Amino acid sequence: MKVLDFLLRTRGRQRLHWTDVLTYAYLFVGLFMMFAPVLWLVASSFKTESAIGQFPPTFLPYSQKTVSVAGHEKPLPLFIVTLDGGQQREMAQVNRIGILATMVDAANAQDSMQVNINQRKPVYELKFAWNNYTDLFGKFTFGTYLWNSVFITVVATLLTLLFNSMAAFALSKYRFKGQKTVFLLIISTLMIPPTIILVPVFLVINQVGLLNNLWGVILPAVATPTGVFLLRQYMLTIPDELIEAARMDHASEWRIYWRIVLPLSAPALAVLAIFSVMWRWNDFLLPLIVLSQSEHFTLQLALNSFQGELNTQWNYLLAMTVITLLPVTIVFAFLQRYITTGIASAGVK
Amino acid sequence: MSTLELRSIEKSFDQTQVIHGIDLEVKKGEFVVFVGPSGCGKSTLLRMIAGLDEPTAGDLLIEGLRVNNIGAADRGCAMVFQSYALYPHMTVFANMAFGLENARVPRPEIERKVQEAANLLQLNELLQRKPTQLSGGQRQRVAIGRAIVRNPKIFLFDEPLSNLDAELRVSMRGELRELHQRLAATMIYVTHDQVEAMTMADKIVVLRAGRIEQVGTPQALYDTPDNVFVAGFIGSPRMNFVPSSTASQDAAVRAALPPDAKQVGIRPEHWLASSEGLGLAISVLGSEYLGAQRLVLGRLSDGTRIEMLMEGATEPKAGEIVYMTPHPQRWHAFDATDRRIHRSHA
Repeated sequence: MKVLDFLLRTRGRQRLHWTDVLTYAYLFVGLFMMFAPVLWLVASSFKTESAIGQFPPTFLPYSQKTVSVAGHEKPLPLFIVTLDGGQQREMAQVNRIGILATMVDAANAQDSMQVNINQRKPVYELKFAWNNYTDLFGKFTFGTYLWNSVFITVVATLLTLLFNSMAAFALSKYRFKGQKTVFLLIISTLMIPPTIILVPVFLVINQVGLLNNLWGVILPAVATPTGVFLLRQYMLTIPDELIEAARMDHASEWRIYWRIVLPLSAPALAVLAIFSVMWRWNDFLLPLIVLSQSEHFTLQLALNSFQGELNTQWNYLLAMTVITLLPVTIVFAFLQRYITTGIASAGVK
Repeated sequence: MSTLELRSIEKSFDQTQVIHGIDLEVKKGEFVVFVGPSGCGKSTLLRMIAGLDEPTAGDLLIEGLRVNNIGAADRGCAMVFQSYALYPHMTVFANMAFGLENARVPRPEIERKVQEAANLLQLNELLQRKPTQLSGGQRQRVAIGRAIVRNPKIFLFDEPLSNLDAELRVSMRGELRELHQRLAATMIYVTHDQVEAMTMADKIVVLRAGRIEQVGTPQALYDTPDNVFVAGFIGSPRMNFVPSSTASQDAAVRAALPPDAKQVGIRPEHWLASSEGLGLAISVLGSEYLGAQRLVLGRLSDGTRIEMLMEGATEPKAGEIVYMTPHPQRWHAFDATDRRIHRSHA
C-alpha cells in the first residue's frame, strides 16, 4: 500500500495539478520508449519462426492450434470453416492444393470435405515456444559461448577490482614524488577513445601471442582509469588514522590494503564491479578483433554471427539476445543501490 | 633507567620548522603529559616517537637504542588515537586481536590476551559488537584495550579524551590513572587541556611553538613556573599579570619586589584581604558564583583586569572598591624577558 501511495503521489491535493499530468505523460512516454522494445524482444523470443514472420504482427506469441488425428502421423493445423449454410465448424486440414483444402473432423477422421481456403480461418492459441531456448543449448555451441562470456566477465572483473584498487590505494594513501602526475596521466587516458587504440592493442596482443585466446580479451581491459578514479576518490575518505593504527599494529602494507582498505571500500568496489560486469559482458569490439575462431566466441560475437548473409534464424537470435541481457539485468537489479550510494559518497571530498 | 630519550629532535614540514630541538628523558613507568596550545607541536612530537613521522634531525632512543630508522611497528609503542581509529568493519575482539595476528601470535594466546584486556577494561560483554554499536566511552576503552594487548614498552595517547563529554572525561581520567598504576607502564599523553595534565601527570612537559617551556611535576609547574607562558598556561582560572609599577602600590610587594621585575603574577586563589593604604585598590566589575567560592572580576587603577577567588559568603557589589594584597609567598616576579625572578623566600 505504501509503495502505491508513493507511486501515486501528486502535487495537487484533490485534483491533478497540470504539472502532475505533464510529469506522468513524460514518464509514460519515457517508460514506453525504453521498455517497449525490451518487452517486444522478450515476447518475440517465445514465438515460433513462422509467428515472427506473420503479418500483422502480434505482441504475444500466438501460433496456430494443432490437433492429432487418427491416421495422420503429424498433428494437423486447426481451422474454423464457415459452411455454405453459414454454420461454423472446427476442422483440421489434411492438405491443400491450390485454393482447395482437404479438411477432416478432428474426432472423426472419415468425415472429410473439400473447402475453399477463403472459407476457413486458422485457430490461434497462446503458445510459448520454449524450444527457442532449449534448442539453443543443444543445437549450437551455445554452452561454449556462454562459458567464454562468463569466464571473461568474471575473471576480468576480479582482476579489474584487484589492480584498480591497488593503484587507487597507492594514489590515495601514499605520498610520493609525481603522485599527482601519475594520477593525471591515468585520468587523461579517459579522453582517448577505445577505437583509436584498437590497432595498437591488436598488434600488442598479436605479438604476445594471445590472439584467439580469452586472456587476450581479459588483460587489455583490466586497467581502467574510471575504476582507479572512482576507488581513489572513495579511499580518500578513509581516515589516515586507521592506516596509521594498523601500521602501529604491526600490519604489513599488504595487510593494511587487504584487511583494512579493501573491506572499507566495499561500496565503491561494488560500483566498479557492476560497471566492469556490464563493460565486459557487453564488450564487442575487442573480442571481435581478438577472437576469430568460433569456439572462442563470446555471446556477443555469436549473436553477430547468427545474422547470416542469406538466412537469419530470428527465433534463436531473439532467445539468445534475451539470455545475453539477463546477467547484466540481474547484477544491476541486486547491486544498483550501491551505484547510487557509491557514486554519491565517491563524489564527496 | 630511561625508557625514552629525545636528543635535540627537530622537525620541519617543507620549509617550516615546527619542532626546534627538543631534549627530553622519560623514565620507566612515568606518566608524562605533553601540554600546550594547539599548533605547539605536541602531536607531531608524539607521532615522531610513535614512528609515524620522521624527525628531520636529532636522535630518538628507546631503552637506549637509537630507533630513528626503525619502523613504527617495531618500536614497541602502542598508540591511542584521538578518533580512536577502530577498524569499523571488525568486531571488538578482532580489533584487539589484529595487532597480535599480525605479529603471528598463536591463536590460543591471542584469545587469552584479549580476554585479559577485556576483563581489565570491562569489555567482556562487547567483544562481538562492532565499533559503531558502542558508546564513546566504550570505544575509548576498546582503543586502550587494543594498545594493552600488545604489551608495549610505551603507551602513546593523542588527546584520547577530547571526544568525550565532560562527565565521562573526568571518570576516564581516573580510569587511565588507575590503569597506569596497575600496568606500571610508561605512558606519554598529549593534551591541550591543562586540567587533564595537572590531574594525571607524574611529569608535565609544557610546549610552545615547538620548544619546551618547562618540564616538571604538576606541583612544580604550579608553584614555580619558569616563565610567564607556563605561569599563565598552568592553573585555572588563569594567573593575573600586573605591571610591577602598579603592583608596587601594595606595600608588601613594594618591599619585596626585585629591582629588575617587569611584571608580577598573582593567581586568583592567592589574594588576601587588606586595607586602604596597604593593599591594592581594586574596583569590582562583577562576580561569578561557583558554589564554594566566588570568582570576582575587578580592575586595578591602571586598568589591568584582575580575577580573584574569594570565599562565597560575601558578595562584593559592582563599582565597590576592595583592598587586596597578594599572598606574601605566592606571588611571582617576572623580568623583561618574561622569565621568573627567583625570590629568596620562595
